[in-house]
Amino acid sequence: MRKRIRYGVTAAALAGVMLAASACGGTTRGDGDGSGSGSGGSEAEADPNAEIPEGLKISFLPKQLNNPYFTVADSGGKEAVEELGGEFKEVGPSEANASSQVSYINTLSQQGSDVIVTAANDPNAVCGALNQARQAGSVVVTFDSDASPECRDLFISQASAEGIATIQVEMIAEQIGGEGEIAFLSATPNATNQNAWLKLMEEELKKDEYSGIEVVDTVYGNDDDQKSFNEMQGLLQTHPDLAGVISPTTVGLAAAARYLGSSDYKGEVALTGLGTPNQMREYVKDGTVEEFALWKPSDLGYLAAYAGASQSAGRITGEKGQTFKAGRLGEYEIGADGEIVLGPPTVFNKDNIDDFDF
Amino acid sequence: MGPEVDTPGTSAPPSAARSAPEPQRGPAPSVLRSLLRTREASVLGALAVSVLAASFMVEGFATGRNAGFLVLDVAAIALIALPMTLVVITGEIDLSVASTLGLTSAVMGQLWVLGLPLETIVPLCVLFGALLGALNGVLVTVAGLPSLAVTIGTMAMYRGLAYAVLGDRAVADFPFTWTGGATSRLPGTDIPWIAVLILVLAALFGLLLHATPIGRSLYAIGNNDEATRFSGISVRWTKLWLFVASGTVAAGAGVFWTLQYGSARADNAYGLELSVVAAVLLGGVSIFGGRGALPGVLAGVLLLGTIRNALMLADVSSDVLDIVTGLLLVVSVVLPTTLARVRERRPRPAPPS
Repeated sequence: MRKRIRYGVTAAALAGVMLAASACGGTTRGDGDGSGSGSGGSEAEADPNAEIPEGLKISFLPKQLNNPYFTVADSGGKEAVEELGGEFKEVGPSEANASSQVSYINTLSQQGSDVIVTAANDPNAVCGALNQARQAGSVVVTFDSDASPECRDLFISQASAEGIATIQVEMIAEQIGGEGEIAFLSATPNATNQNAWLKLMEEELKKDEYSGIEVVDTVYGNDDDQKSFNEMQGLLQTHPDLAGVISPTTVGLAAAARYLGSSDYKGEVALTGLGTPNQMREYVKDGTVEEFALWKPSDLGYLAAYAGASQSAGRITGEKGQTFKAGRLGEYEIGADGEIVLGPPTVFNKDNIDDFDF
Repeated sequence: MGPEVDTPGTSAPPSAARSAPEPQRGPAPSVLRSLLRTREASVLGALAVSVLAASFMVEGFATGRNAGFLVLDVAAIALIALPMTLVVITGEIDLSVASTLGLTSAVMGQLWVLGLPLETIVPLCVLFGALLGALNGVLVTVAGLPSLAVTIGTMAMYRGLAYAVLGDRAVADFPFTWTGGATSRLPGTDIPWIAVLILVLAALFGLLLHATPIGRSLYAIGNNDEATRFSGISVRWTKLWLFVASGTVAAGAGVFWTLQYGSARADNAYGLELSVVAAVLLGGVSIFGGRGALPGVLAGVLLLGTIRNALMLADVSSDVLDIVTGLLLVVSVVLPTTLARVRERRPRPAPPS
């Protein structure tokens, strides 16, 4: 028995080595075999006057269900679908992971959804399923988090990266009086959007009007409440002269505000960034945070539904420069790569925060 | 654990004859017959009923396209459940399988970034999985630790290593010929080719378990490993090889998963071990070892997949979905023990034919 097993091991190892050796010169990275298949999407002409048919099935598939942000975004979508006389549906996994969305996409496609509006947990993992759904006749609109551009028809971007960067720099400059040391409290070191914003903010700060402001540190709270809290604490201890902190992530901003509100630095150090009114309400009211910004998630869902319906009806085909009307939000133009920007972020402060509930 | 505890000292306990396949006695025909009388039969029955019910009641369920989606949804679970069945029959468990899958996926992504050809990466990854399984096996057999403790440890360790290898990056630029190929259908049908691989592996593991002396020794180990050792079977080696098989198949599933979703990530298949164990138990394998059969497990995998798929098509929310799946599991574990207890108490007029 043992002897046989030993032979088995040797044979298996040999086979492995031989396989590995014989495979040299196979498929390697950069072989130029494109990793996507840009299929789907009709090449038909756009007809701006096409009627949007009644009863369009418009389905929302957020990153996960029971996430307050997406609940609000989807409620905006529902409002739009009702205006359009369509059928609204919201489905999604209970945990935000990449593969779980795939079976929901397949299900929606199987049910014959006309429009699938989704926020991708992984831009590539959903790609194959989205393309299959498009081949089966669905229009795919992404919002909040894009999928690879070749797998969807339209992407509704919450705000342009420049818009997000500019408004945060404006807010911090105003709050610290135009000069002093500032630091960033970001999410994860690899988050694409975070890094893009940080870079744009640093460029914005190079302008003459901000010459008195110096960025002294960037720390990462990994979008984890406790870690963000500790990082904020660390920041304030390492940089005693710190005048302000920008946290362009909702988790980071809320955790930072919690620390700041209970520390001696309250009122001394300015804090701003991107946050939701519900998480920030108490800190705005007690004066820890003066103002912060975010787009309105409900408008994001609303615009996504209108864009999807317009594409499904043939009013637009996703080409750059085409325009369409999105109900109460007015007219929108499609940018490069089928991207549509919602507009500048909304600033929340003591005066208007009670008008929002998300 | 109640009335199901097997008499120690024999490798073919009498109580097993009532509800479990009895591989120790008689040739193949009787094995077949006892299979039909067991929990496997009820799982197969439940599967048939739910497929029929879903076909009539859920719009869009009974199509080839949907069947293809269903197979792809359960492919990884089905693959890993095969060696898991054998492991659980010996009375052990391997909870590190999903982490092995994730670590393999991360390593695959990292090797691809380093510029190795996929033809080399795939066998390396599978070999690597065998090593991860062997580590579990050595800790269980040589160090003599309970597999539950060992594999909970390695579950955390392998997942941690996966993050160490790839961080929270995702590697996604695999060539389309490979990613598209992973989910491609058999020519002229809607059935993905992975279904064939699953069936072939199932046949291999099924033959090993139900038609060879090794398979019989697995039941014996599960019933009483001390007695089995005294009867001259190397319990340690057998268990070690089972963990190696489990790691290898989990790694293979990791390669498939990575290509299926076109995305190598450290958090791939997070929590999948629970679905695998659930399917194995639902399929009629006893968590205490010693009883169970492979066809039942395959039916268990398909039953869970069918119910999820049908309920999703019927617009049942994901929370309700989890509740239904959980309930099904509890019932499938509680019902047989309760029935057995009831039968035990009731005086029997005549033995069933």
